Amino acid sequence: MFLTRKVLLTAALLALPVAALAGEAEFAITIKDHRFDPAEVRVPAGQKIKLVVKNDDKTAEEFESKPLKREKIIQGGASATIVIGPLKPGSYPFYGEFHEATAKGVIIAE
Amino acid sequence: MLGSAIIVFRESLEASLIVSIVAVATVGLPHRARWIAAGIAGGVVGSLLVAMMTEHIAELGGGMGQELFSAGVLGIAVLMLAWHNIWMARHGMEMTRQARQLGSDVRSGEREMSALAIVISLAVLREGSETALFLYSLFIGGNESVASVIGGGILGLAAGVAAGWGLYAGFVRIPVRWFFSVTSVLVLALAAAMASNMARFLVAADVLPALADPLWDTSAFLDQSSLTGQLLHLLIGYEAQPLGIQVVVFVTTLALILFGMWRFRLRPPTRPPASKLADSTA
Repeated sequence: MFLTRKVLLTAALLALPVAALAGEAEFAITIKDHRFDPAEVRVPAGQKIKLVVKNDDKTAEEFESKPLKREKIIQGGASATIVIGPLKPGSYPFYGEFHEATAKGVIIAE
Repeated sequence: MLGSAIIVFRESLEASLIVSIVAVATVGLPHRARWIAAGIAGGVVGSLLVAMMTEHIAELGGGMGQELFSAGVLGIAVLMLAWHNIWMARHGMEMTRQARQLGSDVRSGEREMSALAIVISLAVLREGSETALFLYSLFIGGNESVASVIGGGILGLAAGVAAGWGLYAGFVRIPVRWFFSVTSVLVLALAAAMASNMARFLVAADVLPALADPLWDTSAFLDQSSLTGQLLHLLIGYEAQPLGIQVVVFVTTLALILFGMWRFRLRPPTRPPASKLADSTA
């Protein structure tokens, strides 16, 4: 019986329309030659913000950040939206998991 | 070559540890090896399909398709693991008595095995699709020779499988009288860890509130990107900086599964042997 309830709950959660993403401040990051540009992004602390990551490389990249708790694959030539925050003031490093040697960046919330 | 070996190792380690936990938890179930192999094969095929459809999946759900897909995959795995533990609470004792052989209820054991094959498939699918995309990007990147990419991939995969095998070999040595308690705890922890991970993806998709971010920070004590941190993250859901909602979902999952195990446990006195015989002939 509780299984059924859990199935229903999970289904309901998944069926929830994703909250409107409009309204949040947008910050653009481009991936080119396995590097993030800009590599340092300053964002306001204390509010939800939207990162729009555009991958100009031909190859896929995975945007990953442990402190931001985000991991998202961005196909070559595609772009992806990542919603983060509200953040406390501080710096939050991120990297591209597929090209960790070069693809590094940091979000600075202030 | 080292780059591809490390990434493939990291991804295959996760999948291989989950496969080995399932293998330990299903000792004695009918046609176990066949189901495990089918689970892995299904996962490999699935991961190639998911890798090919990455862009389509990403566009779903207002651009949050990837997060919702990951959450859904984890959610199904949690349900299967929960079912397994509740089922085991009922049949495990009986199996211990018959030296880990499931005598009376083969059909039920078969169904159980298929549920856990799904867990294996989903684990392989999640990690495999990332690995496929990564290797593909190395191929078309053209900076590394095909031989070096493949060589690194095989090396990484071998190391990942070896780690899973090691865990399995260690756990099957556990004496019979503790075996089911240990495997129940393993599966319980794995299910709660996956549920907490699911909550993280639902927060990323903006579906669930974070509640607190982070609730606490133990990264100075044990960094989550260290090997120990990663292992504990996978096995018991360790998070150096957990979201409030992750802790809520983790505890709720533990409580619900434990309640189910208690509610459906086999109560003494057990069925007399006569009725068991009747069951197996039915």
